[in-house]
Amino acid sequence: MSVKRIAVKQMWVKQMRLFAIVGLLIFNGLSQAAIEFHQFKSPQMEAEYNQLIGELRCLVCQNQNLASSNADLAKDLRRQTHELLMEGNTPDQVADYMVARYGDFVLYRPPLQKNTLLLWLGPFFLLLLVVVVVFMKMRKKQVLVAPEQDAMAKAKQLLSQSNEKEQVEKL
Amino acid sequence: MRFILPLGIFILMAGLLGFGLTLDPKKIPSPLIDKPAPEFSLSKLYALEEKLSKKDLLGQVWVLNVWASWCVSCRAEHAIITELASRNLVDIVGLDYKDQPTDARRWLQQFGNPYSASLMDIDGRVGIDWGVYGVPETFVIGKDGRIKYKHIGPVTKESLEREVIPAIKELLG
Repeated sequence: MSVKRIAVKQMWVKQMRLFAIVGLLIFNGLSQAAIEFHQFKSPQMEAEYNQLIGELRCLVCQNQNLASSNADLAKDLRRQTHELLMEGNTPDQVADYMVARYGDFVLYRPPLQKNTLLLWLGPFFLLLLVVVVVFMKMRKKQVLVAPEQDAMAKAKQLLSQSNEKEQVEKL
Repeated sequence: MRFILPLGIFILMAGLLGFGLTLDPKKIPSPLIDKPAPEFSLSKLYALEEKLSKKDLLGQVWVLNVWASWCVSCRAEHAIITELASRNLVDIVGLDYKDQPTDARRWLQQFGNPYSASLMDIDGRVGIDWGVYGVPETFVIGKDGRIKYKHIGPVTKESLEREVIPAIKELLG
């Protein structure tokens, strides 16, 4: 193979690589499910819509939000969210509308109420527990260290005494 | 003595996780239980110009069964719903969810029609109001128009005898 042909081949490989990257980038965009186009009354409403579909859970797929789910129900609920906002509802009202039908399960950010107390406060309780345990362990160690310090002092005293003796002996 | 704490934690975790395994994450408790059934007014499958609404059914115990011709597990459930209909306890109203009349009629012709009426929820809006997220679903509604019981997924022979029929009988008094 001539040098020229190898060079052409290398260029061809480079080009294919570029195509592959560009292709992947394009199709990456398609994996986002929300490809419907909605008209909004204001950019603020659009932001509210995007936040809502990001925080509402799809009930069919359960581990996806409405924004990323391709399920039929998620499509319908996105449409419903859009309509409710266009009718002048606030994001909280839209969330209440969903909760009234599907329960607290639709919220990825559960409200602070009696049955979610453990969920909200549990981590802080665990943190407190860890702090208390660590604190107690450290105190225990200090108690152990304390007599050692005494012993160190004694040892120092003894050493200096023996040093003195040695010096006296040398003399 | 020193392994008591880790062992305790292990047993606690195993117990909790084991309990978690007995739960079905697909079953989400409906907030609609004991609440008034959502309003609706929908065309009947065999008389599209005629509408049936919630107030037409007030004063009677009835069952709403959400189905669709495209729903595979509805086929499995169909025999059980037919069984319930044959007991002549209550009217079973079908909610034909996101379906077309021609497909729905063909389906009922093929398998039989246990419903006193089937309502066409073509765009699925009434389904949303009822909190439907997986077809089939079955609701039992009392004389006062309140939802007493909801079954998610296909009703089995066992759940029919153990849950659906007792709920109906309790409401019938």
